[in-house]
Amino acid sequence: MITFEGVTKRYGDGTVAVDNLNLQVPTGAITVFVGPSGCGKTTSLRMINRMIDATEGRILLDDQDVRKIDPPTLRRGIGYVIQQSGLFPHRKIVDNVATVPYLLGWDKKKARDRAMELLERVGLDLKMADRYPFQLSGGQQQRVGVARALAADPPVLLMDEPFSAVDPVVRTSLQDELLRLQAELQKTIVFVTHDIDEAIKLGDTVAVFRVGGHLAQVADPSTLLAEPADDFVEGFLGRDRGIRRLSFVSAGDLAVRSEAVVPGWSVALDEDNRPLGWRPDGDGAGLQPFGTVDLKKDSLRAALDAALLAPSGCPIAVDGDGRFAGVVTREALDEALTRATRGPSDG
Amino acid sequence: MGDAEPLVRWDWIGRNWPSIQTLLVDHVIMALVPVLLGLIIALPLGLASVRWRLLYQPTVSLMNVVYSLPSLAVFIVLIPLTGLAERATVIIPLTFYSLAVLIPAVVDGLGSVPDHVSQSAVAMGFGPMRRLLQVDLPIAVPVVLAGLRVATVSSISLVSVGALIGRGGLGYLFIDGWQRQFYTPIVVGIVLVVALAVLADGLLVLAQRLLTPWARARRTA
Ligand SMILES: Nc1ncnc2c1ncn2[C@@H]1O[C@H](COP(=O)(O)OP(=O)(O)OP(=O)(O)O)[C@@H](O)[C@H]1O
Ligand SMILES: [Mg+2]
Repeated sequence: MITFEGVTKRYGDGTVAVDNLNLQVPTGAITVFVGPSGCGKTTSLRMINRMIDATEGRILLDDQDVRKIDPPTLRRGIGYVIQQSGLFPHRKIVDNVATVPYLLGWDKKKARDRAMELLERVGLDLKMADRYPFQLSGGQQQRVGVARALAADPPVLLMDEPFSAVDPVVRTSLQDELLRLQAELQKTIVFVTHDIDEAIKLGDTVAVFRVGGHLAQVADPSTLLAEPADDFVEGFLGRDRGIRRLSFVSAGDLAVRSEAVVPGWSVALDEDNRPLGWRPDGDGAGLQPFGTVDLKKDSLRAALDAALLAPSGCPIAVDGDGRFAGVVTREALDEALTRATRGPSDG
Repeated sequence: MGDAEPLVRWDWIGRNWPSIQTLLVDHVIMALVPVLLGLIIALPLGLASVRWRLLYQPTVSLMNVVYSLPSLAVFIVLIPLTGLAERATVIIPLTFYSLAVLIPAVVDGLGSVPDHVSQSAVAMGFGPMRRLLQVDLPIAVPVVLAGLRVATVSSISLVSVGALIGRGGLGYLFIDGWQRQFYTPIVVGIVLVVALAVLADGLLVLAQRLLTPWARARRTA
């Protein structure tokens, strides 16, 4: 647990970057700091590992005031990832990843073995180990940055817009990778971004900042989308808040009909019982496109998307192996959407 | 041309080879010692200039003034202190010339460390000394080596001027040839000085390749 207690940062020129911040960052979860440029996200983050010292208030790391810990010792126990990778240009990838283990005095072999293990973990080809950072793409460099931050297995990870400089496709895969790693490792992660979509995708908790380091709202993503605290948060969440909220509603409650027909259409299946397309009644026309939803895993947003993909207007329900499980009628979908948007906030 | 003096008399070179060799060794010592001394002095001065920014401008200005002084004048001023035809009389001013190139090279080299790199070094728990030795200085090496190449080549060519006060390594050959209207020593002197400069520069480029393989493609990237 990281606790901000009445933390204020006033810079030398009088700028108040963070004003009386009170916040708890829970252990083992991702907490995202999101907000417009200049609102004090980076300043708040860097006060945790004392890259910046707070002017007033205190920050507790598991009940210990960070000011009482010698900075290098504190920092070796906190992973740090930034937008421009910050990799050492003069060291090979494997040695970059082994940086903190070296600092902690591990022997070289052990540190390098650990580094190789982490490169594999973050999905990098081990051929990269002997390269220098300039020989890697931006996305690969960010993966190395994550591996380096994890090398000494610190309980806390600070990430300052780590994926902002890569293209959207790479960004998505880096985000997925982080979620996969986090499911295994359960670190206490503070993640800074100005991208609300990223915040909603990654955060277990999202802290929305407004300029001056004031907290506008702290909530889990679904609550944030359902009940923005004020106009500022609502504006920041953007226009398609309603649709995005459906991502947090399970499709599991949808009513499914086991017959592979709806008025005017029937589902064509292969011999393995996997859907091939919608066949219109009458003859002549070929198979039409379809969308599927896995009720056990997918969200209502996926179900809606599947409905929009098909000319029949109905999602096809499938099991975990992609085999036909039934058809969701328009009425069933409408009913679920109504429940989701009207009902009390759902986790 | 008829019976005019030929550009090169090979037999003269053969007969005088031992003394040419002595001059060559003397030249190398007087050219390289100042660069070495310069590097040893420039490192702490450069570091101090980076640490205390206010020092930098005065240091560089002073070095530029030194650099602008005619070398011959400096040699002559030094004669009463260090003696005529002494190596030190040549080495001392050349050390200052090297400093004028190397101090800015060290400062620029340290300045070439990207901000996000030093920041992440701090964030990972490097102390100041460790960061200097393991991050800042290694990253400064390509820029410092580039300065070292300039300092070395100009030092090799400047030594010759010392011949005017009786200690100029291969420069003696120019004076000798000029006084006797005899081209061979002049040609030998020029060829050797240029060869020395090219060789020294080549060795430094090689050192750069070996020491900083990570910097090779960065410039083209
Ligand atoms: N060293 C400094 N000296 C003075 N003011 C500063 C300093 N660093 C940041 N600030 C100011 O403090 C405020 C908060 O800056 P901070 O970097 O924390 O914002 P941020 O939320 O991370 O913004 P961005 O999304 O643009 O990175 C800004 O107004 C900034 O100009
Ligand atoms: Mg920032």
